Order: sequence, then structure tokens, then C-alpha cells
Amino acid sequence: MPRPEQLKERIEAAIPDARVEVTDLTGGGDHFRAKVVAPEFAQLSRIEQHRRVYAVFGAEIGGPIHALSLETRAE
Amino acid sequence: MNDTTENPIRDAISQAIGEHEVILFMKGTPEQPMCGFSARTAAALEALGKPYAAVDVLPDPRIRQELSAISDWPTIPQLFVGGELVGGCDIVTEMYESGELAQVMGVEPPKDAPAEAPEAAEPGAPPLQIDNKLA
Repeated sequence: MPRPEQLKERIEAAIPDARVEVTDLTGGGDHFRAKVVAPEFAQLSRIEQHRRVYAVFGAEIGGPIHALSLETRAE
Repeated sequence: MNDTTENPIRDAISQAIGEHEVILFMKGTPEQPMCGFSARTAAALEALGKPYAAVDVLPDPRIRQELSAISDWPTIPQLFVGGELVGGCDIVTEMYESGELAQVMGVEPPKDAPAEAPEAAEPGAPPLQIDNKLA
């Protein structure tokens, strides 16, 4: 079962200088919410920003990570 | 996309996205959403009062697979306007609250539309009408 800290670490490892907060929405270990602030988002549309974060987890989204709600911005 | 492969489900999805100005792929139906995120997204569209097409992805897992292959977006719901992916629940909610959603849909928000995106059932909670009974 993924833990919020693991998700946070993986996003931070994949996106340079990202500041990440992850919360478990239900306490069940499968519905998460992440706030991600990253400099590289300045060049990306909102859709692309979300895709970038989803891509960190690939097929785990919809699998073990049932839902990952996102709030992203550049700075 | 590989046009030489016969893929009727993918073709049907692409066609539906092309034919409907506003189309929402969701879990369940607007009347009976089966997921809090789908409920919230449908509720935002309802609040703007513009008719939209809705497709329930639950009856066949291939709908979701093929949709995500087309859109490069892993989760449900997905809202398309004018053939373009607008986003999922988070983006639609943000855009509703900033007024951008009404803008991309080409409508004036109704006077009685709430400023904040209407809440729906919590993720994983029972369908929306259960929530309504509590109101």
C-alpha cells in the first residue's frame, strides 16, 4: 500500500526542485492529493503539468493508486 | 495512433469526441455518478447549464483503456470541449471557479451558479443521490 511520503519522494526525485505535499484523502492508502510546485511547470500548460506528475507513477494510477488529485503551479 | 489496426472501440470514442461539442467520460451517469470525482465534474457542468454528452466508462473496461490511449490521460473523469481534452476533476473544478470553464464552453454562467464548484460525494462514497438526501 503506497504511503504519502513515498509518493512525495518519488515526485521530488522525478521533477527537479519540486516542492511537494501529499495527503492521503481517505486514510485508505489509495486516494491521494498532491500539491506540486516546480520551476519547470512555467513552460507547461496545466494539462501538461498534470501529465508530468501522473507520468511519475505510470500504470500505478488507476491501479494501487486509485486516485491522485493534483494541484500544480510553477511558483 | 495506428489507423491500420481495427479498433472499433477506439474509433467509436474518437468519433464521439469529434461529434459532441462538450462530452464527459465518467464513472456512472450524471444522475447516478459512481465516483466522487465524476460526480463533482458533472456537477460543475450542470451548474453552467449547457447541455453535454456523458459516457459511462464502467460497463466495459476497454472504454477506459482506449480513452486513455487517445487522450494520454490516465484517470476518469475526462472532459472534452471542441474535440480537445480540457482535463479531469481538478482542472475542471479550478476552471469552474476561475470562470475559464464557462469561457471555453462559450456560455455565460447562470446568475444563480455557485462561485465555488458544487461539492459532490467524497471519493469512494456512495452515489450522489445518497448525498442529496442528507441535504
